Amino acid sequence: MINKIISVNEAAEKIQNGMTIMVGGFLANGTPEKIIDILVKRNVKDLTLICNDTGFPDKGVGKMVVNKQFKKIIASHVGTNPETANQMNSGETEVELIPQGTLAEKIRCGGSGLGGFYTPTGVGTEAEAEKEKKLIDGKEYILETPLKADVALIKSSITDKKGNMIFNKSMKNFNPIMATAADVVIVEADKIVEIGEIDPEHVMCSGIFVDYIIGGDNSGC
Amino acid sequence: MDAKTIIAKRTAKLLQDGDVVNLGIGLPTMVANHIPRDMDVTFHSENGFLGLGPAPEQGKEDWELVNAGGIPSSIVPGGMFFDSATSFGIIRGGHVNATILGAMEVDERGNLANWKIPGKMVPGMGGAMDLVVGANKVIIAMIHTQKGKPKILKQCTLPLTAKEEVDVIVTEMTLIRVTDKGLVLEELGPGFTMEDVIAATDANLIISPELKRFKLN
Repeated sequence: MINKIISVNEAAEKIQNGMTIMVGGFLANGTPEKIIDILVKRNVKDLTLICNDTGFPDKGVGKMVVNKQFKKIIASHVGTNPETANQMNSGETEVELIPQGTLAEKIRCGGSGLGGFYTPTGVGTEAEAEKEKKLIDGKEYILETPLKADVALIKSSITDKKGNMIFNKSMKNFNPIMATAADVVIVEADKIVEIGEIDPEHVMCSGIFVDYIIGGDNSGC
Repeated sequence: MDAKTIIAKRTAKLLQDGDVVNLGIGLPTMVANHIPRDMDVTFHSENGFLGLGPAPEQGKEDWELVNAGGIPSSIVPGGMFFDSATSFGIIRGGHVNATILGAMEVDERGNLANWKIPGKMVPGMGGAMDLVVGANKVIIAMIHTQKGKPKILKQCTLPLTAKEEVDVIVTEMTLIRVTDKGLVLEELGPGFTMEDVIAATDANLIISPELKRFKLN
Protein backbone atom coordinates (compact mmCIF):
# COMPACT_ATOMS: atom_id res chain seq x y z
CA MET A 1 0.00 0.00 0.00
CA ILE A 2 1.17 3.51 -0.78
CA ASN A 3 2.11 5.39 2.36
CA LYS A 4 0.45 8.78 2.08
CA ILE A 5 1.53 10.05 5.49
CA ILE A 6 4.34 12.59 5.34
CA SER A 7 5.70 15.26 7.67
CA VAL A 8 4.41 18.79 7.55
CA ASN A 9 7.80 19.94 6.23
CA GLU A 10 7.68 17.39 3.40
CA ALA A 11 4.17 18.57 2.60
CA ALA A 12 5.24 22.20 2.50
CA GLU A 13 7.95 21.34 -0.06
CA LYS A 14 5.22 20.41 -2.55
CA ILE A 15 4.35 24.09 -2.79
CA GLN A 16 6.74 26.05 -4.99
CA ASN A 17 6.95 29.74 -5.86
CA GLY A 18 4.39 30.80 -8.46
CA MET A 19 1.97 27.91 -7.93
CA THR A 20 -1.82 28.14 -7.63
CA ILE A 21 -3.16 26.77 -4.34
CA MET A 22 -6.66 26.11 -3.11
CA VAL A 23 -7.17 26.27 0.64
CA GLY A 24 -10.27 24.91 2.37
CA GLY A 25 -12.10 26.76 5.10
CA PHE A 26 -14.61 29.52 5.69
CA LEU A 27 -13.30 32.43 7.73
CA ALA A 28 -10.57 30.00 8.87
CA ASN A 29 -13.13 27.46 10.13
CA GLY A 30 -11.87 24.25 8.54
CA THR A 31 -8.54 25.66 7.36
CA PRO A 32 -5.34 23.56 7.73
CA GLU A 33 -3.44 25.90 10.07
CA LYS A 34 -0.38 23.73 10.65
CA ILE A 35 0.64 23.68 6.99
CA ILE A 36 -0.21 27.40 6.65
CA ASP A 37 2.23 28.14 9.49
CA ILE A 38 5.02 26.21 7.78
CA LEU A 39 4.32 27.97 4.47
CA VAL A 40 4.63 31.31 6.25
CA LYS A 41 7.97 30.18 7.69
CA ARG A 42 9.21 28.91 4.32
CA ASN A 43 8.11 32.19 2.72
CA VAL A 44 7.00 30.71 -0.62
CA LYS A 45 6.18 33.63 -2.91
CA ASP A 46 4.12 34.73 -5.93
CA LEU A 47 1.37 32.23 -5.23
CA THR A 48 -2.18 32.44 -6.54
CA LEU A 49 -4.71 31.72 -3.81
CA ILE A 50 -8.17 30.27 -4.34
CA CYS A 51 -10.09 30.39 -1.07
CA ASN A 52 -13.53 31.52 0.05
CA ASP A 53 -12.05 34.48 1.92
CA THR A 54 -8.74 35.74 3.29
CA GLY A 55 -9.41 34.84 6.92
CA PHE A 56 -8.06 37.15 9.58
CA PRO A 57 -4.55 38.67 9.91
CA ASP A 58 -3.68 36.08 12.57
CA LYS A 59 -5.84 33.17 11.40
CA GLY A 60 -6.09 30.93 8.34
CA VAL A 61 -4.68 32.04 4.97
CA GLY A 62 -4.74 35.57 6.38
CA LYS A 63 -1.32 34.85 7.90
CA MET A 64 0.09 34.28 4.39
CA VAL A 65 -1.59 37.48 3.16
CA VAL A 66 0.14 39.45 5.93
CA ASN A 67 3.42 37.82 4.85
CA LYS A 68 2.74 39.00 1.25
CA GLN A 69 2.95 35.57 -0.36
CA PHE A 70 0.19 36.02 -2.95
CA LYS A 71 0.42 37.75 -6.30
CA LYS A 72 -3.23 37.00 -6.93
CA ILE A 73 -6.17 36.17 -4.69
CA ILE A 74 -9.44 34.65 -5.94
CA ALA A 75 -12.11 34.81 -3.20
CA SER A 76 -15.71 35.77 -2.50
CA HIS A 77 -15.01 37.98 0.50
CA VAL A 78 -11.90 39.71 1.84
CA GLY A 79 -13.50 42.11 4.33
CA THR A 80 -12.29 40.37 7.49
CA ASN A 81 -8.62 40.91 6.67
CA PRO A 82 -7.67 44.60 6.25
CA GLU A 83 -4.24 43.57 4.91
CA THR A 84 -5.88 42.18 1.75
CA ALA A 85 -7.47 45.58 1.06
CA ASN A 86 -4.13 47.33 1.68
CA GLN A 87 -2.34 45.13 -0.86
CA MET A 88 -5.22 45.43 -3.32
CA ASN A 89 -5.21 49.24 -3.06
CA SER A 90 -1.42 49.49 -3.40
CA GLY A 91 -1.51 47.22 -6.45
CA GLU A 92 0.78 44.63 -4.83
CA THR A 93 -1.84 41.90 -5.07
CA GLU A 94 -4.48 41.32 -7.70
CA VAL A 95 -7.83 40.44 -6.12
CA GLU A 96 -10.60 38.76 -8.12
CA LEU A 97 -13.90 38.65 -6.27
CA ILE A 98 -16.38 35.96 -7.26
CA PRO A 99 -19.85 35.29 -5.80
CA GLN A 100 -19.52 32.50 -3.23
CA GLY A 101 -21.86 30.07 -4.95
CA THR A 102 -20.17 30.66 -8.28
CA LEU A 103 -16.75 30.11 -6.70
CA ALA A 104 -17.88 26.81 -5.16
CA GLU A 105 -19.45 25.61 -8.40
CA LYS A 106 -16.39 26.62 -10.50
CA ILE A 107 -14.27 24.43 -8.23
CA ARG A 108 -16.82 21.60 -8.37
CA CYS A 109 -16.73 21.83 -12.18
CA GLY A 110 -12.94 21.76 -12.13
CA GLY A 111 -12.98 18.56 -10.13
CA SER A 112 -15.77 16.83 -12.01
CA GLY A 113 -14.75 17.27 -15.61
CA LEU A 114 -17.23 19.92 -16.66
CA GLY A 115 -16.41 22.80 -18.99
CA GLY A 116 -18.51 25.26 -17.01
CA PHE A 117 -22.06 26.14 -16.08
CA TYR A 118 -24.68 28.84 -16.59
CA THR A 119 -25.71 30.72 -13.45
CA PRO A 120 -28.26 33.49 -12.87
CA THR A 121 -26.05 34.89 -10.08
CA GLY A 122 -24.50 38.21 -11.02
CA VAL A 123 -26.72 39.04 -14.01
CA GLY A 124 -26.92 42.82 -14.29
CA THR A 125 -23.91 43.36 -11.99
CA GLU A 126 -20.14 43.74 -12.35
CA ALA A 127 -19.87 39.95 -12.02
CA GLU A 128 -21.15 39.49 -15.58
CA ALA A 129 -18.41 41.62 -17.18
CA GLU A 130 -16.91 40.09 -20.33
CA LYS A 131 -18.75 36.82 -19.84
CA GLU A 132 -20.94 34.98 -22.33
CA LYS A 133 -24.64 35.35 -21.56
CA LYS A 134 -27.40 33.02 -22.58
CA LEU A 135 -31.18 33.10 -22.44
CA ILE A 136 -32.55 29.74 -21.24
CA ASP A 137 -36.33 29.37 -20.96
CA GLY A 138 -36.64 33.14 -20.94
CA LYS A 139 -34.20 33.68 -18.09
CA GLU A 140 -30.74 35.23 -18.39
CA TYR A 141 -27.63 33.31 -17.31
CA ILE A 142 -23.85 33.89 -17.27
CA LEU A 143 -21.33 31.29 -18.38
CA GLU A 144 -18.80 30.48 -15.65
CA THR A 145 -15.79 28.28 -16.34
CA PRO A 146 -13.98 25.73 -14.11
CA LEU A 147 -11.23 26.44 -11.60
CA LYS A 148 -8.33 24.11 -10.81
CA ALA A 149 -5.15 24.36 -8.77
CA ASP A 150 -1.67 22.89 -8.57
CA VAL A 151 -2.13 22.03 -4.91
CA ALA A 152 -5.17 21.85 -2.61
CA LEU A 153 -4.69 22.16 1.14
CA ILE A 154 -7.53 20.43 2.94
CA LYS A 155 -8.46 20.17 6.61
CA SER A 156 -10.26 17.09 7.89
CA SER A 157 -11.33 15.99 11.33
CA ILE A 158 -10.65 12.29 10.77
CA THR A 159 -8.76 10.71 7.85
CA ASP A 160 -7.90 7.05 7.40
CA LYS A 161 -4.62 5.95 5.83
CA LYS A 162 -6.21 5.83 2.37
CA GLY A 163 -7.24 9.47 2.79
CA ASN A 164 -10.97 8.94 3.31
CA MET A 165 -12.26 11.94 5.19
CA ILE A 166 -14.76 13.08 7.78
CA PHE A 167 -15.30 16.79 8.41
CA ASN A 168 -16.82 17.84 11.70
CA LYS A 169 -19.78 20.20 11.72
CA SER A 170 -19.39 23.37 9.66
CA MET A 171 -15.76 22.58 8.72
CA LYS A 172 -16.85 20.82 5.55
CA ASN A 173 -17.49 23.99 3.49
CA PHE A 174 -15.00 24.12 0.57
CA ASN A 175 -12.86 21.15 1.70
CA PRO A 176 -14.47 18.19 -0.12
CA ILE A 177 -14.88 20.08 -3.39
CA MET A 178 -11.34 21.47 -3.40
CA ALA A 179 -10.04 17.96 -2.75
CA THR A 180 -11.29 17.01 -6.23
CA ALA A 181 -9.90 19.98 -8.15
CA ALA A 182 -6.10 20.02 -7.73
CA ASP A 183 -3.14 18.06 -9.12
CA VAL A 184 -1.74 17.45 -5.66
CA VAL A 185 -4.03 17.17 -2.65
CA ILE A 186 -2.68 17.40 0.89
CA VAL A 187 -4.94 16.72 3.84
CA GLU A 188 -4.18 17.94 7.34
CA ALA A 189 -6.08 15.57 9.60
CA ASP A 190 -6.88 16.19 13.25
CA LYS A 191 -6.91 12.44 13.70
CA ILE A 192 -5.46 9.67 11.51
CA VAL A 193 -7.04 6.20 11.80
CA GLU A 194 -6.55 2.79 10.22
CA ILE A 195 -8.34 1.79 7.03
CA GLY A 196 -11.72 0.34 7.96
CA GLU A 197 -12.15 2.41 11.06
CA ILE A 198 -14.39 4.80 9.16
CA ASP A 199 -17.64 3.17 8.08
CA PRO A 200 -18.03 3.65 4.29
CA GLU A 201 -21.48 5.07 5.06
CA HIS A 202 -19.79 7.90 6.95
CA VAL A 203 -16.99 8.81 4.52
CA MET A 204 -17.67 12.36 3.32
CA CYS A 205 -14.90 12.57 0.72
CA SER A 206 -12.97 9.69 -0.82
CA GLY A 207 -9.29 9.02 -0.30
CA ILE A 208 -8.82 8.56 -4.06
CA PHE A 209 -8.52 12.34 -4.30
CA VAL A 210 -5.80 12.49 -1.64
CA ASP A 211 -2.04 12.32 -2.33
CA TYR A 212 -0.60 13.14 1.08
CA ILE A 213 -1.77 13.16 4.68
CA ILE A 214 -0.24 15.11 7.51
CA GLY A 215 -1.18 15.02 11.15
CA GLY A 216 -2.77 18.19 12.45
CA ASP A 217 -2.41 19.85 15.82
CA ASN A 218 -4.50 17.24 17.63
CA SER A 219 -3.17 14.13 15.85
CA GLY A 220 -0.05 13.52 17.91
CA CYS A 221 2.04 13.32 14.66
CA MET B 1 -38.28 49.66 21.79
CA ASP B 2 -35.20 50.63 19.79
CA ALA B 3 -35.27 50.99 16.00
CA LYS B 4 -33.47 47.70 15.29
CA THR B 5 -35.84 45.69 17.50
CA ILE B 6 -38.84 47.25 15.76
CA ILE B 7 -37.40 46.27 12.37
CA ALA B 8 -36.58 42.74 13.53
CA LYS B 9 -40.07 42.24 15.02
CA ARG B 10 -41.90 43.49 11.94
CA THR B 11 -39.66 41.50 9.59
CA ALA B 12 -40.21 38.28 11.56
CA LYS B 13 -43.94 38.61 10.87
CA LEU B 14 -43.29 38.38 7.14
CA LEU B 15 -42.17 34.77 7.53
CA GLN B 16 -44.47 31.78 7.28
CA ASP B 17 -44.68 28.45 9.01
CA GLY B 18 -42.36 25.98 7.27
CA ASP B 19 -40.13 28.61 5.65
CA VAL B 20 -36.43 28.06 4.99
CA VAL B 21 -34.75 31.40 5.67
CA ASN B 22 -31.25 32.83 5.32
CA LEU B 23 -30.35 35.78 7.56
CA GLY B 24 -27.60 38.25 6.74
CA ILE B 25 -25.05 39.47 9.25
CA GLY B 26 -25.95 42.21 11.75
CA LEU B 27 -29.51 43.47 12.11
CA PRO B 28 -31.09 40.62 10.05
CA THR B 29 -29.68 38.11 12.57
CA MET B 30 -31.95 39.68 15.21
CA VAL B 31 -35.03 38.51 13.29
CA ALA B 32 -34.47 34.98 14.64
CA ASN B 33 -35.23 36.23 18.17
CA HIS B 34 -38.75 37.25 17.20
CA ILE B 35 -40.13 34.18 15.43
CA PRO B 36 -43.27 32.95 17.25
CA ARG B 37 -42.60 29.73 19.17
CA ASP B 38 -45.29 27.76 17.41
CA MET B 39 -43.80 28.56 14.02
CA ASP B 40 -41.36 26.17 12.34
CA VAL B 41 -38.71 28.19 10.51
CA THR B 42 -35.49 26.51 9.36
CA PHE B 43 -32.48 28.81 9.12
CA HIS B 44 -29.93 28.22 6.37
CA SER B 45 -26.31 29.15 7.06
CA GLU B 46 -24.51 29.52 3.73
CA ASN B 47 -21.18 28.28 5.06
CA GLY B 48 -22.78 24.85 5.15
CA PHE B 49 -25.80 23.88 7.19
CA LEU B 50 -29.55 23.94 7.64
CA GLY B 51 -30.93 24.30 11.16
CA LEU B 52 -28.87 27.22 12.43
CA GLY B 53 -29.70 27.68 16.10
CA PRO B 54 -29.06 30.34 18.74
CA ALA B 55 -25.61 31.48 19.82
CA PRO B 56 -24.14 29.23 22.53
CA GLU B 57 -23.72 30.43 26.08
CA GLN B 58 -20.46 32.14 26.93
CA GLY B 59 -17.81 29.54 27.67
CA LYS B 60 -19.62 26.85 25.65
CA GLU B 61 -18.49 28.02 22.19
CA ASP B 62 -17.61 25.29 19.69
CA TRP B 63 -15.13 26.52 17.07
CA GLU B 64 -15.99 23.58 14.79
CA LEU B 65 -19.47 25.06 14.38
CA VAL B 66 -19.58 28.63 13.20
CA ASN B 67 -22.15 30.71 11.31
CA ALA B 68 -21.51 32.63 8.07
CA GLY B 69 -19.99 35.42 10.15
CA GLY B 70 -17.38 33.00 11.50
CA ILE B 71 -18.88 33.19 14.99
CA PRO B 72 -19.54 30.06 17.10
CA SER B 73 -23.10 28.98 16.62
CA SER B 74 -25.35 25.95 17.08
CA ILE B 75 -27.44 23.52 15.06
CA VAL B 76 -30.94 22.43 16.05
CA PRO B 77 -32.26 18.84 16.00
CA GLY B 78 -33.23 17.95 12.44
CA GLY B 79 -30.42 20.03 10.95
CA MET B 80 -27.81 18.98 8.40
CA PHE B 81 -24.28 19.96 7.40
CA PHE B 82 -23.12 20.10 3.77
CA ASP B 83 -20.38 21.48 1.53
CA SER B 84 -20.40 24.91 -0.12
CA ALA B 85 -21.46 23.65 -3.58
CA THR B 86 -24.52 21.97 -2.06
CA SER B 87 -25.21 25.03 0.09
CA PHE B 88 -25.41 27.28 -2.95
CA GLY B 89 -27.31 24.68 -4.95
CA ILE B 90 -29.95 24.97 -2.22
CA ILE B 91 -29.90 28.75 -2.61
CA ARG B 92 -29.93 29.04 -6.42
CA GLY B 93 -32.30 26.11 -6.74
CA GLY B 94 -35.10 28.09 -5.12
CA HIS B 95 -35.20 26.03 -1.91
CA VAL B 96 -34.73 29.07 0.33
CA ASN B 97 -38.08 30.81 0.82
CA ALA B 98 -36.72 34.10 2.06
CA THR B 99 -33.44 35.92 2.49
CA ILE B 100 -33.25 38.87 4.86
CA LEU B 101 -30.36 41.23 4.43
CA GLY B 102 -29.22 44.81 4.84
CA ALA B 103 -28.62 47.36 2.09
CA MET B 104 -26.44 50.35 1.36
CA GLU B 105 -28.89 51.38 -1.36
CA VAL B 106 -32.13 50.01 -2.76
CA ASP B 107 -34.16 51.59 -5.53
CA GLU B 108 -37.57 51.90 -7.19
CA ARG B 109 -37.01 48.90 -9.43
CA GLY B 110 -35.94 46.64 -6.59
CA ASN B 111 -32.25 46.91 -7.42
CA LEU B 112 -29.95 46.32 -4.46
CA ALA B 113 -26.43 47.55 -3.71
CA ASN B 114 -24.73 46.24 -0.59
CA TRP B 115 -21.29 44.90 -1.45
CA LYS B 116 -18.99 47.63 -2.63
CA ILE B 117 -18.17 51.33 -2.34
CA PRO B 118 -15.65 51.86 -5.16
CA GLY B 119 -12.39 53.32 -3.94
CA LYS B 120 -13.47 53.08 -0.31
CA MET B 121 -14.61 49.64 0.71
CA VAL B 122 -14.43 46.49 -1.37
CA PRO B 123 -15.13 43.60 1.02
CA GLY B 124 -16.57 41.35 -1.70
CA MET B 125 -20.05 40.02 -2.27
CA GLY B 126 -19.65 36.78 -0.32
CA GLY B 127 -22.89 34.85 -0.79
CA ALA B 128 -25.14 37.89 -1.22
CA MET B 129 -25.40 37.82 -5.03
CA ASP B 130 -26.46 34.15 -5.01
CA LEU B 131 -28.90 34.64 -2.13
CA VAL B 132 -30.66 37.61 -3.66
CA VAL B 133 -31.04 35.89 -7.03
CA GLY B 134 -31.93 32.48 -5.62
CA ALA B 135 -34.26 33.13 -2.68
CA ASN B 136 -37.96 33.24 -3.49
CA LYS B 137 -38.48 36.38 -1.42
CA VAL B 138 -35.86 39.08 -0.83
CA ILE B 139 -36.49 41.18 2.27
CA ILE B 140 -34.34 44.20 3.07
CA ALA B 141 -34.23 44.95 6.80
CA MET B 142 -32.35 48.15 7.55
CA ILE B 143 -32.29 51.51 9.31
CA HIS B 144 -34.14 53.87 6.95
CA THR B 145 -31.30 56.32 6.28
CA GLN B 146 -27.51 56.41 6.54
CA LYS B 147 -27.14 59.15 9.19
CA GLY B 148 -30.05 61.08 7.65
CA LYS B 149 -29.02 60.41 4.03
CA PRO B 150 -31.67 58.46 2.09
CA LYS B 151 -30.83 54.85 1.17
CA ILE B 152 -34.07 54.21 -0.69
CA LEU B 153 -33.34 55.91 -4.00
CA LYS B 154 -34.85 56.50 -7.42
CA GLN B 155 -31.85 54.66 -8.81
CA CYS B 156 -28.91 52.96 -7.09
CA THR B 157 -25.57 54.73 -7.56
CA LEU B 158 -23.31 51.98 -6.15
CA PRO B 159 -22.43 48.75 -8.00
CA LEU B 160 -25.40 46.38 -7.84
CA THR B 161 -25.61 43.15 -5.89
CA ALA B 162 -28.56 42.10 -8.03
CA LYS B 163 -30.97 43.54 -10.52
CA GLU B 164 -34.69 43.87 -9.69
CA GLU B 165 -34.78 41.17 -7.02
CA VAL B 166 -35.95 43.01 -3.87
CA ASP B 167 -39.55 42.32 -2.80
CA VAL B 168 -40.02 44.11 0.52
CA ILE B 169 -38.16 46.80 2.49
CA VAL B 170 -38.64 47.05 6.26
CA THR B 171 -37.22 49.98 8.21
CA GLU B 172 -38.05 51.50 11.60
CA MET B 173 -40.22 54.03 9.70
CA THR B 174 -42.07 51.94 7.19
CA LEU B 175 -42.78 48.79 5.24
CA ILE B 176 -42.47 49.25 1.49
CA ARG B 177 -43.37 46.67 -1.13
CA VAL B 178 -41.63 46.67 -4.51
CA THR B 179 -44.19 46.32 -7.31
CA ASP B 180 -44.18 46.64 -11.11
CA LYS B 181 -45.65 50.13 -10.66
CA GLY B 182 -42.98 51.19 -8.17
CA LEU B 183 -42.54 51.33 -4.39
CA VAL B 184 -45.75 51.07 -2.40
CA LEU B 185 -45.75 52.48 1.13
CA GLU B 186 -47.96 49.99 2.96
CA GLU B 187 -47.24 50.49 6.65
CA LEU B 188 -45.86 53.07 9.07
CA GLY B 189 -43.58 52.34 12.00
CA PRO B 190 -44.47 53.51 15.52
CA GLY B 191 -44.30 57.27 15.86
CA PHE B 192 -43.76 58.09 12.18
CA THR B 193 -46.05 59.87 9.71
CA MET B 194 -46.33 59.49 5.96
CA GLU B 195 -44.61 62.88 5.63
CA ASP B 196 -41.67 61.67 7.76
CA VAL B 197 -41.16 58.69 5.45
CA ILE B 198 -41.43 60.76 2.25
CA ALA B 199 -38.92 63.28 3.64
CA ALA B 200 -36.40 60.52 4.45
CA THR B 201 -36.80 58.77 1.08
CA ASP B 202 -35.39 59.81 -2.28
CA ALA B 203 -37.51 57.37 -4.33
CA ASN B 204 -41.07 58.14 -5.37
CA LEU B 205 -43.56 56.38 -3.13
CA ILE B 206 -47.06 55.23 -3.98
CA ILE B 207 -49.22 55.45 -0.85
CA SER B 208 -51.31 52.36 -0.33
CA PRO B 209 -55.02 53.10 0.04
CA GLU B 210 -54.92 50.66 2.95
CA LEU B 211 -52.05 52.33 4.79
CA LYS B 212 -51.60 50.67 8.18
CA ARG B 213 -49.46 50.89 11.31
CA PHE B 214 -46.96 48.14 12.21
CA LYS B 215 -48.57 45.44 14.31
CA LEU B 216 -45.73 44.32 16.54
CA ASN B 217 -47.41 42.06 19.07
